[in-house]
Amino acid sequence: MSWFRRQNNRPKKPTESRDLPDGVWTKCENCSEILYFKELERNLHVCPKCGNHFRIRSHKYVEILTDPGTFQETNANVVSKDPLKFKDSKKYTDRVKDAVKKTGMNEAIVTGTARLDELPVVLGVMDFAFIGGSMASAVGEKIARSLKLCLERKEPMILVSASGGARMMEGILSLMQMAKTSVLLARLRNERIPYISILTHPTTGGVTASFASLGDVILAEPGALIGFAGPRVIKETVAQELPEGFQRSEFLMKHGFLDRITPRSELKQTVGNILRVFHDGVNASSHAGIAFRPRTSVPLSEHDPVPLSDHDSFGASEGGNGSMPILELPDPDGSTTT
Amino acid sequence: MSNFWLEFEKPVVELETRISELREFTSGSNIEVDEELKRLEKKADRMRHDIYTKLTRWQRVQLARHPRRPYTLNYIGWMCEEFTELHGDRAFADDPAIVAGLARIGGKPLAIVGHQKGRNTKENIHRNFGMPHPEGYRKALRIFELADRFRLPILTFVDTPGAYPGVGAEERGQSEAIARNLREMANLAVPLVTVIIGEGGSGGALALAVSDRVYMLENSVYSVISPEGCAGILWKDRAKAPEAAEVLKLTASDSLEQGVIDGLIDEPVGGAHRNPEMAAAAIRLQVEAAFEELGNLDPETLLQKRLEKFLNIGVYQE
Repeated sequence: MSWFRRQNNRPKKPTESRDLPDGVWTKCENCSEILYFKELERNLHVCPKCGNHFRIRSHKYVEILTDPGTFQETNANVVSKDPLKFKDSKKYTDRVKDAVKKTGMNEAIVTGTARLDELPVVLGVMDFAFIGGSMASAVGEKIARSLKLCLERKEPMILVSASGGARMMEGILSLMQMAKTSVLLARLRNERIPYISILTHPTTGGVTASFASLGDVILAEPGALIGFAGPRVIKETVAQELPEGFQRSEFLMKHGFLDRITPRSELKQTVGNILRVFHDGVNASSHAGIAFRPRTSVPLSEHDPVPLSDHDSFGASEGGNGSMPILELPDPDGSTTT
Repeated sequence: MSNFWLEFEKPVVELETRISELREFTSGSNIEVDEELKRLEKKADRMRHDIYTKLTRWQRVQLARHPRRPYTLNYIGWMCEEFTELHGDRAFADDPAIVAGLARIGGKPLAIVGHQKGRNTKENIHRNFGMPHPEGYRKALRIFELADRFRLPILTFVDTPGAYPGVGAEERGQSEAIARNLREMANLAVPLVTVIIGEGGSGGALALAVSDRVYMLENSVYSVISPEGCAGILWKDRAKAPEAAEVLKLTASDSLEQGVIDGLIDEPVGGAHRNPEMAAAAIRLQVEAAFEELGNLDPETLLQKRLEKFLNIGVYQE
C-alpha cells in the first residue's frame, strides 16, 4: 500500500541503480564507499565495507538459495487482470505492461521447485522492481499454488518477501490474497510441513500482515525495513519523531518478531541446516513404527512439474496427534501423488 | 453528534421535521391540513427515493462513517438477550477498540467479537476510533479459540478505519497479530459469520473476517486502503477521496460483484441510523439463517468449504 508513496516521494533516489547496478563503479548508499561492481557482485551485492545489503532482483535470490541447475519455474503464465478497470495517471494495464518490460518478469513473484543443499523445496521470491513487489491476485494465486504443491509433495516452502503490500489497483481482491495465502499456511502447519519466511528490504503492509509473518522460522537480512504501516504513515499519525532504527530488522529482532538476522551469504546454509533438523526430527518419529505416508492430495494445475523426489518429504505421520483434517479435494486423474 | 446530518441528508431530515411538527401542531385541533400533509409526505417519499437510490460511492463512505451509525455494542444490545463481555489478551493489555464476549441470540449460545468505535470524543479516545492495537487482535483470537473449545458459533462485527499505525503497535507486532488471526481462523471448527456494519478498513478488518459467511450492510464499505490514503498516493491530495472511492469500488454491491462477500443486508431507507432497531432485526435474521445452515455441516466439511471459499477469491489470467 505504501510502495507507491515511497517511490514518488523520493524521486531523486536512484532506485534503478540500487536494483540493478550496472556501471563499473558504484557507490554504497549507506557508507558512500566507492565499490568496484564486479567485486560487489562477487560479494552478493553486500557492501564489503559496511555490510549494507543492496537490493537485488528475484533471480539473484534463486541463484543464491538453490543448487545450480535445479530450479524449475512454475506457473510463470499466471498474470494479472484488471478487475477494477483501474486508472489514475496511467491505466493499470499499462503499468503492468511497463513493469513486465522493465523487469522481464510476468508478475511480482517468481515461484518454482528446486533443491536447496540437496533438499527438495518449493520456492517463491518476490521482486520489488515489479510494481513495488505488490500483492495482486496473480501473486496470491502463485503463492497458493506453491503451497498446494508443498502439501502434495510434503516439501518445505521457502518464501522471500520484498513488498510494499497489497496492490491498490486491484482493490479489495488484493486484500483478500492475505487470507488466501494464510488459510493454506494453516494446512502446512497442521501437516508439519516447514515454512521458512525470509524478509528482505522492504517488506511492509499486507505482505507483512500475512504470510511473511507466519514462518515456522523467520529470517531477515540485516537492515531491512519491515513493518505493518510505512514509516511515513506512522509519522503522520503519531506526529512525533520515530525511534532510531525503527522498523529495521534489528528492531524487530529485539522485539521478538524474528528468529535470526542472517546475512545474504549465510542464507542458504542457515535454511539448509534448519530444514535438515526438521526433516530428521519428522523422519525419526516415522521410524518409530509409523509409516511415513502422505494423506493429502490436491488438484494441481497441469503446469506443475513432476515431483523431483518421493523420499525427502515432510509431513504429519499417519495417526498423528490430532492434527486438523487435511485437504481432501479429489485428485484430477484419480491417482495419488506422493 | 446527535444533531449531525450529512449535507445530502439535510433536505430530507428538514422536510421530515416539518411534517412531524405540522402533525403535532394540528393534532387535537380542527385545522384541516390533511391535504397539505399528504402533499408533503409524497414530496418526502420522492426526495428519499431520489437521494438514496442514486448514492455515489463517496456518499456510502460517509454513511458508513456516520457519527450516528449504530456500532457493535448497539447491535449486540438489540440482537442479544444476554451478553457477557470478556476482556484482555492475557499478554499485554485489554484493547477497548475490540469488544468480545459470550452471548445468546434467540436462546442460542455464541461468541461475539467486533470492532468498537466511540460515540463522542471522550469515548473515541478510549476506543481509539475503533483502530485496534495488536492486543485487540490477540484478544479476538483468544475468544475465537475459547469458542472453538466450547463449540460456540462465532459472530464478528467489522467496523474499523484500519489497524492502528503507531509506534507501540509496530513494537508489539501488529503484522504478526493480524497474520496469525488470518491463519488461525482457518482452523476454528465452529461456524463463523461476519457482518461488516460500517467501515471494513483493510487488514485490520480482514483479521476478523476470515469467515464461512461474510455479509455487508448495504451502506458499509470494504477496502484495501482508505479513500483518503488512496487519493494521497494517486493524486497527492487527500481531498480527492471521493474520486478515490469511485476507482476503489469499495461498496457492498461492489464487493458482492467481485465475489468477496456472500451477501448484502438491506438497511432502512436513509441508512441504519435512521432506524437502528430495524437494521438490527435485519442483521439478526440473516445471521440466524446462516448459523442454521452452517450448523448442519460437520466440522471437517465446514473447514474444507471455508478454505475453498478463500482459495477461490481473485481475478487473474493464465
